[in-house]
Amino acid sequence: MIRKTVSNVEEALKGVKDGMTFMLGGFGLCGIPEMAIAELVRLGIKNITCISNNAGVDDFGLGLLLHKHQIKKMISSYVGENDEFERQMLSGELEVELTPQGTLAEKCRAAQGGFPAFYTPAGYGTEVAEGKETREFNGKMYVLEEAFKADFAFVKAWKGDEAGNLIFKGTARNFNPCMCGAAKITVAEVEELLPAGSLDPNQIHVPGIFVQRIFQGKGYEKRIEQRTVRKRD
Amino acid sequence: MLDKNGIAKRIAKEVKDGYYVNLGIGIPTLVANFVRDDISVEFQSENGVLGMGPFPYEGDEDADVINAGKQTITTLPGASFFDSATSFSMIRGQHVDLTILGAMEVAENGDIANWKIPGKMVKGMGGAMDLVSSAEHIIVAMMHTNRAGESKLLKACSLPLTGVKCVKKIVTNMAVLEVGPDGFILLERAPGVSVEEIKAATEGRLIVDGEVPEMNLD
Repeated sequence: MIRKTVSNVEEALKGVKDGMTFMLGGFGLCGIPEMAIAELVRLGIKNITCISNNAGVDDFGLGLLLHKHQIKKMISSYVGENDEFERQMLSGELEVELTPQGTLAEKCRAAQGGFPAFYTPAGYGTEVAEGKETREFNGKMYVLEEAFKADFAFVKAWKGDEAGNLIFKGTARNFNPCMCGAAKITVAEVEELLPAGSLDPNQIHVPGIFVQRIFQGKGYEKRIEQRTVRKRD
Repeated sequence: MLDKNGIAKRIAKEVKDGYYVNLGIGIPTLVANFVRDDISVEFQSENGVLGMGPFPYEGDEDADVINAGKQTITTLPGASFFDSATSFSMIRGQHVDLTILGAMEVAENGDIANWKIPGKMVKGMGGAMDLVSSAEHIIVAMMHTNRAGESKLLKACSLPLTGVKCVKKIVTNMAVLEVGPDGFILLERAPGVSVEEIKAATEGRLIVDGEVPEMNLD
């Protein structure tokens, strides 16, 4: 067994520097790497590029990094829940590259799987395809999209083991598995870190080979963005 | 004239037994409330769930189980969770049978615009571009005119496009229309709405062939 455990978030983020590109898992605030984000805020590194489906809310998730002006560029599919984001984007302080959600996921998966680029129909004929190569296959038009290149991927899982194997819960899975192994170093934070052999190999979502560092986080807030319920009859 | 629930009720009739369906935010979300209960349908949400159920009872909400609108949801027997790349494989690979989404504008050639108003805050396209470029059946649910009373069914979209030549069917508060090779084909009128009124509210080319029946909402 190749051990991937590190003792804490400080050790897990060793090597992060100004100007780097990071992938961060999560959809909205669901399944975001809360510990890694808090540590990036503490370290105060600047000019970072974040690849993340969303940009958090004003006081949580990536909103915490935006608030401290640590982010130079966001690559996302939807960024609508954040006033500070809007202010920085409109004032030109923040660069934003909007990417169709499926393309965003596939640019991660391509990086993970060794594909330099792929063709997708998403965005053909729209401003997303401007300046990009297009090609016809079987009578339909496609856009060439390139794999992401990133320095670190920060992902959050439900359970993990010392070998870096990961299991996710519910829709907190989202972009997290696609980002594992898609950056030079993948850091996984888990709610529960178990000894090797504790997880059933049949149930592993991400094999440990895609993860370089794993640690157990503490005190996850897991904030709900839109609490929507129905009354009991 | 229909209200939002009326539009959803009419669209629900397009949902067939055995369909996997992706519902967009807004009116499309309401469609789930009107699908007949004697057919088997599964709702997909692009953030990674198939087999979505209703909202949870108070106290049962789980931060790890949400839909693409970031609302807490439940799952039904037979449901599954998956990652975002797999989710869009279902969409791009045309395994999802029907996509129902809203729009700001639709053109008579099937172009759709629903993600960006230049000069205003741009929130992003989310999964809309992937959905419209791939789905075999796309139904647009929207009001026939905007708040200023201007037609949303146009000769050509004025806003930045989400997808080209992809919309097949449109259900509005006034009518059911199909996008044909020569323009919008009027299929049905909303209760109490005349062909003349629909003509007046449609900027794009409207094709009226014979008697146009009133929608059946039962």
